[in-house]
Amino acid sequence: MVTSGDAYVILPAALDGLIQALRADYRVLGPTVQASAIVYDELTGLADLPRGWTDEQAGGHYRLRRRDDGALFGYVVGPQSWKQFLHQPVQPLWRARQSEDGVTFEPPPTPARPLAFIGVRACERRAIAIQDRVLLEGSFADAHYAARRAEAFIVAVNCGQAGGTCFCVSMGTGPKVEDGFDLALTELDPAGEHRLLVEVGSERGGRLMAGLPQRPATAADRDAAEAAVARAASQMGRAMPAVDVPAVLARNLEHPRWAEVAERCLTCGNCTMVCPTCFCTTVEEDLDLAPDQAGRTRKWASCFTLDFSYIHGGSVRQSGRSRYRQWLTHKLATWHDQFGSSGCVGCGRCIAWCPVGIDLTEEVQAIAASEQG
Amino acid sequence: MAEPVAVGDPMLPKVAEVVARRRELADTWTIELVTEAQGLLAFRPGQFNMLYAFGVGEAAISVSGDPAGADRLIHTIRDVGKVSAALAGLKPGARLGVRGPFGSAWPVEAAVGQDVVVMAGGLGLAPLRPALYRLLAERQRFGRIALLYGTRSPSDILYAKELARWRAQLDLQLEVTVDHAGTDWHGHVGVVTSLLPRVVFDPARTVALLCGPEVMMRFGALALQDLGVAPGAIHLSLERHMKCALGHCGRCQFGSQFVCKDGPVASFAKVGRLLTIKEL
Ligand SMILES: Cc1cc2nc3c(=O)[nH]c(=O)nc-3n(C[C@H](O)[C@H](O)[C@H](O)COP(=O)(O)OP(=O)(O)OC[C@H]3O[C@@H](n4cnc5c(N)ncnc54)[C@H](O)[C@@H]3O)c2cc1C
Ligand code: SF4
Ligand code: SF4
Ligand code: FES
Repeated sequence: MVTSGDAYVILPAALDGLIQALRADYRVLGPTVQASAIVYDELTGLADLPRGWTDEQAGGHYRLRRRDDGALFGYVVGPQSWKQFLHQPVQPLWRARQSEDGVTFEPPPTPARPLAFIGVRACERRAIAIQDRVLLEGSFADAHYAARRAEAFIVAVNCGQAGGTCFCVSMGTGPKVEDGFDLALTELDPAGEHRLLVEVGSERGGRLMAGLPQRPATAADRDAAEAAVARAASQMGRAMPAVDVPAVLARNLEHPRWAEVAERCLTCGNCTMVCPTCFCTTVEEDLDLAPDQAGRTRKWASCFTLDFSYIHGGSVRQSGRSRYRQWLTHKLATWHDQFGSSGCVGCGRCIAWCPVGIDLTEEVQAIAASEQG
Repeated sequence: MAEPVAVGDPMLPKVAEVVARRRELADTWTIELVTEAQGLLAFRPGQFNMLYAFGVGEAAISVSGDPAGADRLIHTIRDVGKVSAALAGLKPGARLGVRGPFGSAWPVEAAVGQDVVVMAGGLGLAPLRPALYRLLAERQRFGRIALLYGTRSPSDILYAKELARWRAQLDLQLEVTVDHAGTDWHGHVGVVTSLLPRVVFDPARTVALLCGPEVMMRFGALALQDLGVAPGAIHLSLERHMKCALGHCGRCQFGSQFVCKDGPVASFAKVGRLLTIKEL
């Protein structure tokens, strides 16, 4: 009997069995290499995983590089996050039909198969918890997110190395996945005795594990896993300044730094699209329907657009300065008031995917430093 | 954390039918709706609905009718764009989608035993009307009640007949001002705050309700504060872009507040500082 809290060791090849077993009941999604990036997509087997790849990340910079070993999870996070499957970029809301008898509103069909995610990093697991808070745990639950989230099976991965834009340690969000998984993997010794330590986090995770070729983890395996996570923790490319960030930002809403960063910012909104916690949306009318039909579709929106804050008479946030300030203060300050935590999990995506390499940790540092005089 | 209050899909509208429509001003109409949908009719003064015009879109519109035993939803809509034009143009028999009611309410109960100063600008009178119905229905429970109302011109005075009736029949001090007027206007000209010296109230025991353009509310609140009304007793109704009214779309954020669920009604103590920050 395999139970929650137990740890086992499997060989890399056993992951194929895991993927196949999950595919019986779930739509299995995980990392693949596409268009020179790590892209989350449907997995058909072990061969789809990015074996032997790593990534190089810096402000405005992301490159995949070959590793000299066969690591399966030897990179950090790419431009996408699991958000695209749970809180979809384009979500039909309903269709309406008008006839002599009146109007009817119909919701879209619910997804046929539950989702399974393979390779969820600690920061990403936190990001999912944050979106749960926003979309499920307020006064209203979003029906579409709820339908995708309910059964989602999570195979987490503890990071064995960190990227150049990672700062989860300073956000308290990684690099080890503490909870909220069905199974959690730690990849060990990819250049030598390549194996994965698997921690069981749920009953259904345990059932799946029992069907795979495995052996109980030894103290040496556990030590090796701890060392891998400690190595990642020691490699953080960035850190959020150790100040009371919400208070510093709340005190500095008129700081000259906002105008200064606005001179560099293109207000392209990339940061909001790649961020795994950004949840803002717009709703648009479907325009391609017959006259007796109507429908509405929800789409991701960015606080960097003028339309975002439009009210009759003009947008509230006209300047780039005010829009950058909205993004940063929401993420790092007002989010605490709204949802009881930071809206940032330290994944570094917004730094790597900013075309001009704006780094939020640096912006906070600049404002905090100016206070010290 | 509270359990989600809504079961099912809160983005899915319910159906209502227009049973009456009347012109209020050149660009403003009131529509009356009936619906069989449970839970749509009971509302608190200050709350709003999301109204959906078939094939056009959805907009946040305050409930402007009488909350006492309402069997109809009453909305007053100014045609300012695509959606509001479609909504204001709905004729009896037309069907539309409704979600709601949403948002916080005017603190009418907190005003019991106090003087009440209501300050409205333009269409801002519409979300205040349900509060006025409540105050006037139980007139003896409150101290002095004053309504200060400002519009652009005499032809922009909303609910003019009803205001005249209230002034004649009920114990309500009504003061109206306009920004611009011709020679046939014998009333006051100037901003709405300039009416304050005309009304008698005890600032230490006053609750103020303000709705109108943001600058009007800010100056109104500051003037009341200068007269000695506590910021926590001054309430205003904010307006921001809204797509969901559920706290999910993020569009209505104003500092830490989601105007759709923490507001639209908020106290000046809570939002006064934020109102001084441009483009927040
Ligand atoms: C809480 C609340 C209560 C309101 N109550 C009333 C009322 O009782 N009567 C009334 O006539 N109007 C009211 N409004 C304003 C009304 O929602 C807007 O006039 C309407 O959305 C404009 O849409 P449009 O398509 O006609 O105009 P456009 O200018 O074409 O607007 C395009 C889009 O921008 C957004 N938008 C534009 N203006 C506003 C706005 N002022 N507030 C929020 N979103 C906006 C909408 O999503 C709209 O679909 C209220 C707004 C809020 C937030
Ligand atoms: S703000 Fe940037 S670093 Fe923080 S979670 Fe979002 S994308 Fe990641
Ligand atoms: S900070 Fe960078 S990614 Fe974000 S909007 Fe500005 S230019 Fe784009
Ligand atoms: S209207 Fe969507 S969060 Fe307030």
